[in-house]
Amino acid sequence: MSTASQEIQALTQQEYKYGFETPIEIEAFPPGLNEDIIREISARKHEPKFLLEWRLKAYRHWLTMKEPTWANVKYPPIDYQKIVYFAAPKGWKKGPKSIEEVDPELLRTYEKLGIPLHERERLAGVAVDAVFDSVSVATTLQEKLAELGIIFCSFSEAAEKHPELVERYLGSVVPYTDNFFAALNSAVFSDGSFCYVPKGVRCPVELSTYFRINARDTGQFERTLIIADEGAYVSYLEGCTAPIRDSNQLHAAVVELVAHDYATIKYSTVQNWYPGDKQGRGGIYNFVTKRGKCLGKYSKISWTQLETGSAITWKYPSCLLIGEGSVGEFYSVAVTNNHQQADTGTKMIHIGRNTRSTIVSKGISAGHGQNSYRGMVKILPGAENARNFSQCDSMLLGNQCGAHTFPYLEVKNPTARVEHEASVSRIGEDQIFYCRQRGLSTEDAVSMIVSGFTRQVIQELPMEFAVEAQRLLSVSLEGSVG
Amino acid sequence: MLEIKNLHAKAGDKLILRGVNLKVGAGEVHAIMGPNGSGKSTLAQVIAGRDLYEVTEGEVLFEGKNLLELAPEERAREGIFMAFQYPVEIPGVSNLYFLRTALNSVRKHRGLEEMDVMDFMALVRERVKLLGMNEALLERPVNEGFSGGEKKRNEILQLAVLEPRLAILDETDSGLDIDALKAVAAGINAMRSPERAMIVVTHYQRLLEYVEPDFVHVMADGRIVRSGDKQLARELERQGYAWLEEEAALAQENRA
Repeated sequence: MSTASQEIQALTQQEYKYGFETPIEIEAFPPGLNEDIIREISARKHEPKFLLEWRLKAYRHWLTMKEPTWANVKYPPIDYQKIVYFAAPKGWKKGPKSIEEVDPELLRTYEKLGIPLHERERLAGVAVDAVFDSVSVATTLQEKLAELGIIFCSFSEAAEKHPELVERYLGSVVPYTDNFFAALNSAVFSDGSFCYVPKGVRCPVELSTYFRINARDTGQFERTLIIADEGAYVSYLEGCTAPIRDSNQLHAAVVELVAHDYATIKYSTVQNWYPGDKQGRGGIYNFVTKRGKCLGKYSKISWTQLETGSAITWKYPSCLLIGEGSVGEFYSVAVTNNHQQADTGTKMIHIGRNTRSTIVSKGISAGHGQNSYRGMVKILPGAENARNFSQCDSMLLGNQCGAHTFPYLEVKNPTARVEHEASVSRIGEDQIFYCRQRGLSTEDAVSMIVSGFTRQVIQELPMEFAVEAQRLLSVSLEGSVG
Repeated sequence: MLEIKNLHAKAGDKLILRGVNLKVGAGEVHAIMGPNGSGKSTLAQVIAGRDLYEVTEGEVLFEGKNLLELAPEERAREGIFMAFQYPVEIPGVSNLYFLRTALNSVRKHRGLEEMDVMDFMALVRERVKLLGMNEALLERPVNEGFSGGEKKRNEILQLAVLEPRLAILDETDSGLDIDALKAVAAGINAMRSPERAMIVVTHYQRLLEYVEPDFVHVMADGRIVRSGDKQLARELERQGYAWLEEEAALAQENRA
């Protein structure tokens, strides 16, 4: 191996920064899953009756399903009876509360993660819902948003205060029958964020949820539901981290978005779950179903994701383009280093006339990482003049990693136009030497080359997070070319 | 400034440099000529620190420092610049950003403050004008989609902005039409100074019509076999390299 490769390899071996554990007393259910556990979760949250029934239906359906095996990932079988389905800081009580009532240990945790919840230190222009294990522990800026008629709260709070909205939209985009992990989530979901932006309102701040898994052997099953009514606009961002553990933990979330006429939802993810160690021990299994419904005419849903964490990522944020002239977008950067595996992409289902979609996927593999893009573009017979453009680029750092592309195209309307471009490149010793000859260190060279490769996607992130994303990207790759 | 003594280097198992000796002083322009495969590009790359090549014998001193102990970026920061024969593309990274990062890493090493954007832009605009370049290239990604001539001119722009002590131009004339060649030569001449040395590696005498060298060296079979002034370049142009190959063959027989 040349010295440049050795240096690059040293560079990508950085430690996970968010691996600390919060010393807080946790109240958790015993491991295992049955109808009593589900009843207990629902009772803890004082849920309306329809919700418990929906959970039980989902559970009974889940029992009839098999775990999917089509993804290009490998992992030992998961024992669903060994997972803890509910964990919360001791003494946690449901409902909104002022920051003063939140356990200072929790506030310190979020501070350490760079998400201060106190009024005076908060990020300007961002409202945060903080989800810790199975519960939401704080939501900021709620009153300010309420003045505009915007509802932004934990899912539990929404179920209690706005049951009509929850009942109308829950499962309307991702039914509990959709897939194995969505069914499991529907049965046991514990918390998540809920957002409703009323007619004609443009949400003036970024809404964000910060997910933190802390408790051992616990699964996190959150559910997020965002509705943008006619002409509304909302930009939402989620971030995720977890402590370093030897064992794998399951995170199976469901996100549903609904955009009515002329509404726009921009959904961004910066996913940095614990990826496991260099030998591939531990890490989060991130098995997530995300889907948006462009229900109304000229509505728009845009997904942007930066996936740097998790041992395994299995997710396909998708758009159902129903309304005439509606637009779906998917911008993704997925990084796999060490033994990480990612099978990610999107589905764009064109149903209405003149619908348009854009897919830009950038996969980066380093170490022994395996990175697959899997995307489907489906043009149904009614989708006159539908347009799709897809671009999938992969970059390999080193020669033990892999990049795979699985595009599926299904076009049933002759007026449709679908374009697909794909490329694979190896970060060249040539490129690195060129940069070094101009005075850049190997580390700066790699980070510059990677940031150039991903720029098209990163610039889609809200400005407040783009800088952080850039930094996270270079940290995830520190130590990785070889 | 630069002193190369008995330099041997190999790529894999193949010995390419077989004892190169060369002294380059400040203010001098040296041309290194020779047929394909004579080792002239390898020499340029070994001075710049390319790790495809392993130095097996000899030494290279730059301002009295042992160059072979330094990483490529350290050599660059010490003031060694190589214009690449095949400039590399870096998609998504703007030419300006790349240039500014490079300049600031060199300045930092020299104990200078980072140059702010305003001063930097003023400097770059001036140099772009000097080279008769199209300013639009600055905003484009490094070398991506550039024509051959644009790439070579971009190398000279980098040279003009980074202001190295020693500039090595590796076949900067290859693939250029006559107008581009003249423009590149004008840029190189503008950068000649009593403090700066240049090594011009070229196959043809063409570039040397416009960039007049103080010394001309001919390489064959991994060594400098003949040195002289610019007359030597003309001689080569007339005779070609065939006579050299005969000499080299003889030398090889003697070794065997």
